[in-house]
Amino acid sequence: MIPALLFMLGIGAVCGIVLSLSSKVFYVYEDPRISQVENNLAGANCGGCGYAGCSAAADAIVSGKEMPSLCVINSKEGTQAVAKIMGINAGSAESPMSYNMCEGGLRADNKYHYMGISSCKAMSLVFGGKRVCGVGCIGLGDCVKACQFNAVHLGSNGYPVVDDDQCVGCGACQKACPKEIIEVKTLSEKLMKFNQVNDPLAPCAQTCPAEINIPRYINQLREGKYKEAVQTIRMRNPLPLACGRVCPHPCEDQCRRGVEDEPVSINQLKRFVADYEMNTGSRIPITCAPDTGKKIAVIGGGPAGLSCAFFLRRIGHQVNIFEAMPKLGGMLRYGIPEYRLPKKVLEWDIQGILDLGIKAFTHLNFGVDFGLGSLMASGYEAVFLGVGAWEDYSLGIDGEDLNGCFTGINFLQRISSGEKIKLGRTAAVVGGGNTAVDCARTLLRLGLDKVYIVYRRTRKEMPANEVEIVASEEEGIHFVFLAAPTRVVGDADKKCTQLEYLQMQLGEPDASGRRRPEPIEGSETLLDVDMVISAIGQSPDASFKKHDPHARMTQLELTRWNTIDNDPAILQSSIPYIFTGGDAATGPALVVDAIGSGRRAARSIDCFLKGEPVEPVKDSLQEKRIEESIFTSVDGVKQIQRAKMPELHVNQRLNSMVEVDLVLPKDSAHKEAERCLNCCRICYNPDSDFPISK
Amino acid sequence: MGDLFVLAISCIFINNILLAQFLGNCPFLGTSKKMETAIGMAMAVIFVLVMAGLITWIVDIYLLKALNVEYLRTVSFILVIASLVQFVEMFLKKSIPGLYAGLGIFLPLITTNCAVMGVCLINIKEDYTFLQTAVSSFAYAVGFGLALILFAGVRERIDIARVPKCLQDTSIGLVTAGIIALTFMSFKGMV
Ligand SMILES: Cc1cc2nc3c(=O)[nH]c(=O)nc-3n(C[C@H](O)[C@H](O)[C@H](O)COP(=O)(O)OP(=O)(O)OC[C@H]3O[C@@H](n4cnc5c(N)ncnc54)[C@H](O)[C@@H]3O)c2cc1C
Ligand code: SF4
Repeated sequence: MIPALLFMLGIGAVCGIVLSLSSKVFYVYEDPRISQVENNLAGANCGGCGYAGCSAAADAIVSGKEMPSLCVINSKEGTQAVAKIMGINAGSAESPMSYNMCEGGLRADNKYHYMGISSCKAMSLVFGGKRVCGVGCIGLGDCVKACQFNAVHLGSNGYPVVDDDQCVGCGACQKACPKEIIEVKTLSEKLMKFNQVNDPLAPCAQTCPAEINIPRYINQLREGKYKEAVQTIRMRNPLPLACGRVCPHPCEDQCRRGVEDEPVSINQLKRFVADYEMNTGSRIPITCAPDTGKKIAVIGGGPAGLSCAFFLRRIGHQVNIFEAMPKLGGMLRYGIPEYRLPKKVLEWDIQGILDLGIKAFTHLNFGVDFGLGSLMASGYEAVFLGVGAWEDYSLGIDGEDLNGCFTGINFLQRISSGEKIKLGRTAAVVGGGNTAVDCARTLLRLGLDKVYIVYRRTRKEMPANEVEIVASEEEGIHFVFLAAPTRVVGDADKKCTQLEYLQMQLGEPDASGRRRPEPIEGSETLLDVDMVISAIGQSPDASFKKHDPHARMTQLELTRWNTIDNDPAILQSSIPYIFTGGDAATGPALVVDAIGSGRRAARSIDCFLKGEPVEPVKDSLQEKRIEESIFTSVDGVKQIQRAKMPELHVNQRLNSMVEVDLVLPKDSAHKEAERCLNCCRICYNPDSDFPISK
Repeated sequence: MGDLFVLAISCIFINNILLAQFLGNCPFLGTSKKMETAIGMAMAVIFVLVMAGLITWIVDIYLLKALNVEYLRTVSFILVIASLVQFVEMFLKKSIPGLYAGLGIFLPLITTNCAVMGVCLINIKEDYTFLQTAVSSFAYAVGFGLALILFAGVRERIDIARVPKCLQDTSIGLVTAGIIALTFMSFKGMV
C-alpha cells in the first residue's frame, strides 16, 4: 500500500513539475481576454459559429474579427458579459434570423419526374433540382430537418416558413440548403441586402429603384396583414406615404400582368397600406439594430438624406441631419405642391423617421453656417451629401429679369413656404417636366385665369408623370407645343406683358432617341401673359464647395453638370469619407431613386466605418433586368379591370390646395391585390379560374 | 523487418482498434460527421499515439516493472498520457504554431481517449520491444484514422439518404459501423 501511494505521488509530482516548468518555458503570450471570453461562451464546442470550438471562437472575438454575439447559442447574459470584456456596448449582440427568399415553392414547372430520396441536397445533384427555375426552392425541406429548434416548417405553398420566435439564428438551415434560398441574416444584413443577379425576384421588384419586395407586400395586403405589408415596405422605403402619392411607379411598366392586361396598380396598393397606418393614428414600431457608437452627418433633409439617415439609424449608427431650410423634406415639401402631397401627410412620414432617434438641425446651410471642418471636429466619421438639385437653369433670353418672371423651383418653394407673391392674370410656364406641370397647376389654384405650358417638343416627349399631364389637361391648362421662347416683352414699368416664341418642327432623332426640335425661320409668335415661369431643369447648387474654407473641400470633384462626382455602384465621392446620392449626384430624378441611393450610400458608409473596403455589391442587379423573367406572353391571365384611382372632381379642385388623388377603398384595394400574379423569377399564379397547367 | 511489416498490417486491418477491438468509440461517432474534422482527428491521433506508446513503454519497463508495482499500470498510464498531451499542446503552441493550428483543437479531445490507452496497454500485454511498440502504435493509429475517414465518407452520404426517423443520426451510424466492422472481419485470414 505504502509503496503504491509513494509511487503515484512520485509520478504525479514529476508530471506536475514537468508541466509547470514547460508552461514557463513554452509560454506564449495570449491575450488574457481570450480565456475570459471563452468562459462566457456557451462552451458546447458545437461549431455553430463556424469556428472549430469555443476557444477558436473566443480568439476570433478578441482579435476583433467577430462580434461578441458570435456564439449562436449563448444566453443574453453570456453575450453581454463577452461584450463587457471587449469594452463594446453590450447591445452589439444582434441576433441573426433565418429568412426565406423564394416564395415560389411548388409553382414552378418540373423538368423531370423525381423518385429519388427526399432531400434537397440529393435532388440538387441531379441537374440542380427538378424545377425549371434554377435558383428557387426545391421544397424537400432539408432546412426543416436541419433545424434543431423547430423554427422552420414547410408551408402549404411548399416553401419553408420561418417562425421568428423559435429561430435562434444558428445557421443550420442555411448550411443545409443547397441553393441560396434560406439565409440567416441579422436585421442589419437584411436592411443592407441589394438585389443580386441570382435572387428570386419578380419583374416589378427588379425594376423598383428602391428594391422593395413588391409581391410580398401585395400578398400581405391580400391576407389582410396591413401591418406586415407596411413593415415589408419599410425594409426598403422610409417614405411610404409620400412615395405612394408621387411615385411614377416604374415597377408597373414591367408588371407581368401588364403583358396581357393592364398592370397591377402597385403604387396605389402601397398608398393603401401606408394610409391605413396613418389613419389608425398609431405607428407600427420600427426595429433598429443595437447602437454601434459611430456618428454620421447627413446634409440635406430630402428623400435621399432621409433615407440614408433612416437606414444608418436602423443598422445602429447615430445620425444627425443638417438642413438649410426651416423644415425637412426637400423637394417633397418645397417642390411638390400641397394638392399632390399634403404637408400633414409628409409630416407623418418624416416624424416616423425622426422618432428612431435621429436629430435634425434646420436653418443650417452647409458651407455657410457650418462646414467639413466643424463636422470632423465634432466627431462625425462620415458625411452623406444629399443636397438635391435646387438651382434653376435660366432660359438665357432677353427680358428674363422683368417683373412677373420667375424660375420654377424658386417659385414653388416660395409658395410652399407661404410667401405672398404678387401674381398676374395669365401665365406661361416654360418646360415639360414635373416642375413645369406643378407650377402650372399651382398657378391655376392660385386663381389665375389662363395658364399655358410652353414646351419645345410634343406631348409624347414630356418628361412629367403621365398622371400629372392628364390631370392638368382636365384642369384646363393650355398647351403650346413645339415652341421655343426667344424673348420676354415688357412695358414701360418693366412689367412682363408678352412671351415671344419661335415655332419648331421635329427633325432627326438625337442621342436620347427623341426627335430633335428645329426652329422654323420667321415663325415668331407672341403670347399675351403677365407672368413667365421658366422650369426647364435644375442642377445642384454646389456653392458650398466655394464657401467652405476647409482645405479638403477643394478635392471634391464635380461633373460638368455640377453634380457631385461619385462611383455609382458605391456612391463614394472623390473624398473617401463623403458619400452622395439623390439629385445631388444624378441630377433631377425621382423620389424612389433618391430613396434607393440613400440606402446604397448607407451600406457603403457602414462598410467604410467598419474599416472594410468599400466595394460594390457582388453581382448587383442595379438597374438591370433578369432576362429569363421578362416574358413576351403570359398564360392564364384574363382581362380584369384595374382599380381606378378615386380623385376629386375638377370642379372641387381648382379653388383650393386640397389633395386631388384619393386612396383606394378597402374592397377595391383587395380586388386589385387579387390581380397580382404573385410572381417570382419565372413562376406566377395564373388567374384563379384558369386551371393550373402544371 | 518482415515481422514488423506483418505486425503493422495486422494492427491496421485485422486488429483494427476501432472496428475489431471497439475501442475509442466516442471520437469515432463524435468526429466523423464531417470529412475535414475526421482527417484532423486522424492526424492528431497518429501524432499522440506514437508518443504515448513509447513513453508508456518506457514507464512500464523502467518504473513499473523495475519497482514491481505493475498493478498500478492503468492509473499511472492515465496520468502520464494526460500530462503528455498537455505538454505536447504547450510545446506545439510555442514551437510549431502551424501544426498547432491544425491539430490544436483535437489534442484535448485525445487526453481521455480509450483508444490511446488501449493501445498502450496492448503493447505491454504483448511484450513488444521498443521498436515493435513504435510500429504497432503507429499502425494502430493509422488503422484508427483509416476507419474514421472511411466512416466519415459513409456518414456524409447517409446525411442525404432517406433514413427512418427513429434510426437517424447516431443510431444509423452505429448500425453502419457494425456493418463496416463485419467487412473488416474478412481481413482475418490475411496473416
Ligand atoms: C416640382 C417637382 C415635382 C416633382 N415631382 C415628382 C414626382 O411626382 N415623383 C417623383 O418621383 N419625383 C418627383 N420630383 C423629383 C423628386 O422630388 C426629387 O428627385 C427628390 O426630391 C430628390 O431628393 P434629394 O433628397 O436628392 O433632393 P431634395 O429633395 O432636393 O433635397 C435636398 C435637400 O438638401 C437641402 N440642402 C441643399 N443645399 C444644402 C446645404 N448647402 N446645406 C444644407 N442643406 C442643403 C435642401 O434644402 C433640401 O432639403 C419632383 C421634383 C420637383 C422639383
Ligand atoms: S403581377 Fe404582381 S408580382 Fe407580378 S410583376 Fe405585377 S405586381 Fe409584380
